[in-house]
Amino acid sequence: MLRLVALRILSSVPVMFIVAVIVFGLLRLSPGDPAVILAGDSATPEAIAALRQQLGLDQPLPIQFVTWLAGVATGDFGQSILSRMPVLALIFDRLEATLVLAVSAIIITVLIAVPLGAIAAWRHNSWIDRAVMALSVAGFSVPAFVIGYLLMLFFSVKWELLPVQGYVSPFADPGGAVRHLILPSVTLALVFMALIARVTRSSLLEVLNQDFVRTARAKGNSQRRVLWRHALPNAAVPIITVIGIGIAMLISGVVVTESVFNIPGIGRLTIDAILARDYPVVQGLMLFFALIYVGVNLLIDIAYIIVDPRIRY
Amino acid sequence: MNQMKPVLEMRDLSVTLPGGLDRTHAVEDVSLTIRRGEILCVVGESGSGKSVTASVVMGLLPKNSLRVAKGTVMLEGEDITSAPEQRMDQLRGNRMAMIFQEPLTALNPVMPLGRQIAEVLVLHKPGLGTAAIRSRVLELMADVHLPAPEEMYHRYPHQISGGQRQRVMIAMALAMEPALIIADEPTTALDVTTQAQILKLFRELLTKHDSAVMLITHDFGVVAEIADRVLVMRRGKLVESGTAKDVLQSPRHDYTKELIAAVPRLRYLPQLAEREPVLKAENVSLTYRQSSWLGKTTEVHAVQDVSFTLAPGETLGIVGESGSGKSTLARMVVGFEKPDRGRILFEGQDMPGLTPARLRQMRHRIQMIFQDPYSSLNPRRRVGQSMIEGPVRMGKSGAEARRRACELLELVGLQPSAIDRFPHEFSGGQRQRICIARALALEPDVIVADEAVSALDVTVQAQVLDLFEKLRTELGFAMLFITHDLRVASNICNRVAVMSKGRIVEQGELKRVFENPENEYTRKLLAAMPGVSEM
Repeated sequence: MLRLVALRILSSVPVMFIVAVIVFGLLRLSPGDPAVILAGDSATPEAIAALRQQLGLDQPLPIQFVTWLAGVATGDFGQSILSRMPVLALIFDRLEATLVLAVSAIIITVLIAVPLGAIAAWRHNSWIDRAVMALSVAGFSVPAFVIGYLLMLFFSVKWELLPVQGYVSPFADPGGAVRHLILPSVTLALVFMALIARVTRSSLLEVLNQDFVRTARAKGNSQRRVLWRHALPNAAVPIITVIGIGIAMLISGVVVTESVFNIPGIGRLTIDAILARDYPVVQGLMLFFALIYVGVNLLIDIAYIIVDPRIRY
Repeated sequence: MNQMKPVLEMRDLSVTLPGGLDRTHAVEDVSLTIRRGEILCVVGESGSGKSVTASVVMGLLPKNSLRVAKGTVMLEGEDITSAPEQRMDQLRGNRMAMIFQEPLTALNPVMPLGRQIAEVLVLHKPGLGTAAIRSRVLELMADVHLPAPEEMYHRYPHQISGGQRQRVMIAMALAMEPALIIADEPTTALDVTTQAQILKLFRELLTKHDSAVMLITHDFGVVAEIADRVLVMRRGKLVESGTAKDVLQSPRHDYTKELIAAVPRLRYLPQLAEREPVLKAENVSLTYRQSSWLGKTTEVHAVQDVSFTLAPGETLGIVGESGSGKSTLARMVVGFEKPDRGRILFEGQDMPGLTPARLRQMRHRIQMIFQDPYSSLNPRRRVGQSMIEGPVRMGKSGAEARRRACELLELVGLQPSAIDRFPHEFSGGQRQRICIARALALEPDVIVADEAVSALDVTVQAQVLDLFEKLRTELGFAMLFITHDLRVASNICNRVAVMSKGRIVEQGELKRVFENPENEYTRKLLAAMPGVSEM
């Protein structure tokens, strides 16, 4: 396993390099100039040119790229064009809100979707099964921002049960944080839940037909115990795979959800940075997302080894 | 007085099948009794209802397709025919236990072996402490002769052999010393020496634990070896029952006679005259290397220094236990694997040394028939598509290939109309005939049959063996026949090579090898054949 971890960390280096090239290239190809945006509507061409020079944007692209990459290699991701803050500080500043939101969405999902899928498989072809499947189609089909506004409309505006929007740190006010978190994390979790309930169900259905399930029954296990103790661990590999894919989906979900609920997280930072053509921040964020993705994949691979002793790398 | 009651008593049991099948009942009016210390063998072919009968006793019938229509089942005097699930959960694994056919799939692949055995105790002896459970599990593992129980406790099913897995299943069944043990084809998936050991173990444990055993089998060899009483079933009905001696020596029903006659007996074919060999293996070796995550490399010498020749029209049997390297050898002969060392000569040409283009041109001349006729035909393709694909690729016209396919289907005893049907419409025996016809469609000089009759019922097995014999005389191909069943080998092979641990330990004319084995291992293998002396 140590070798796996070492290999993965090594192989992530070229992956990150390719991500860096693509992100850098795409940004420069997209229309819009940060200097123009920063200088404002009434700026003279001279002022804009001075600003460009100051930001290093007058240099040829390869030079800009190498300068940036050299900085990144030493841990310096540059400065935001907009706020003049170091990019890393900006990201870490916003990280808490996003992590809290993402983690609570994942927890909600796993706690609800896995049992739901399991019950659907256990009661295959019953009304529970059909209801779960119908809900998961609905969860799949409705976009996150629609769900977000609908939840907000009913729970916050009509019934006034939960706050409309905003973020409260759980470290400062746990109660308030939970109240603020419920709607955005449910919004974020819904698509994800539909996917995982579905996979749990189909994976379990396959496992429940296998011989060892019959053996477990013949030992005197109750149906419920067979489901949780024998069938579910064997159905875990596809479920974990999809949770991994889901975390990638979460990254895009976070961007939308944070905008809808006005949460000062990385998603909002990303949108703001893209609108302002804040090159260093966007580049830093994309590298950060890629790193999370590589890390999640490594964790998933390690989880495989833990749940299924037959898997070796 | 409880001692005198039969362990299991079944009266007039009928189980209905869902509508639209060829018969209405899976089991019809079956009665049976098993007493303490007794082994009852229930014999029948697939579809005879023997496994359904066992499922009824265990209360494990698939509820949405099969239903008990009438009859009673009494376990130690308690009527369990319609006992509630909770009561059945208390009885299963405790007073009655079941051992299944396929020990690989019957164990939970992601749970350590020790915990799987311990679970029975956890369920039925809730008061027992962790340490007590552990020591009892180790004791059970020793009872069924599993090596190194301490180490075995933490291992997983895929890390041990088939025979060892079956021992784990038996240890699990014995954990609560149940009154009744039902064993459904417990040795079918095992090779002869392991089978003999497991059957011996059953006897030994029966005396030690004072249980009763219901053993389901299709093999009269096993019956002769172990049964006290026998019950023969056919198409859901009881055909004949009695003591093992009576049934074996003077069977009354025709079907019983047919089943006994179908058990392959030793029979020797004449050795053929010396001819220039069509296939020749010279000192072939193959080693698999596997590296673990610590970077340690383990080497498995699958095949070591193996040489043999195969003449046209001849059948060479390769016999040995599982893991002896016989399947790897087969895979090298058809070119799925390349040997590390040595040469495989087909008509004097070194096959592994050929260019891919040349290899493609000659590959069709060696054809393979696999063990499992259920999984070796593409379920989404019609029989004709599977049969015509090869010849058309080798340059035959579609119409001609189709005509030949029809002829071949007739030759293997099927209707030519089978050509437009799908594999699932056929029985196991019929599918194996299709696989044979498919192989023959390419007009091969050599056929490699890897356990080609092992998955079939005895009567079907006998028919397919006859078919091989007939085709070989008519078409004159040479055959490499791989099997773990020596009785089967004796019915079809002219010569035999015995493999053990990747090497051929003895080879020669079949009669000579079987009657005067020179090698110690061959002697052991021959002695382990079930029921040969009794029948």
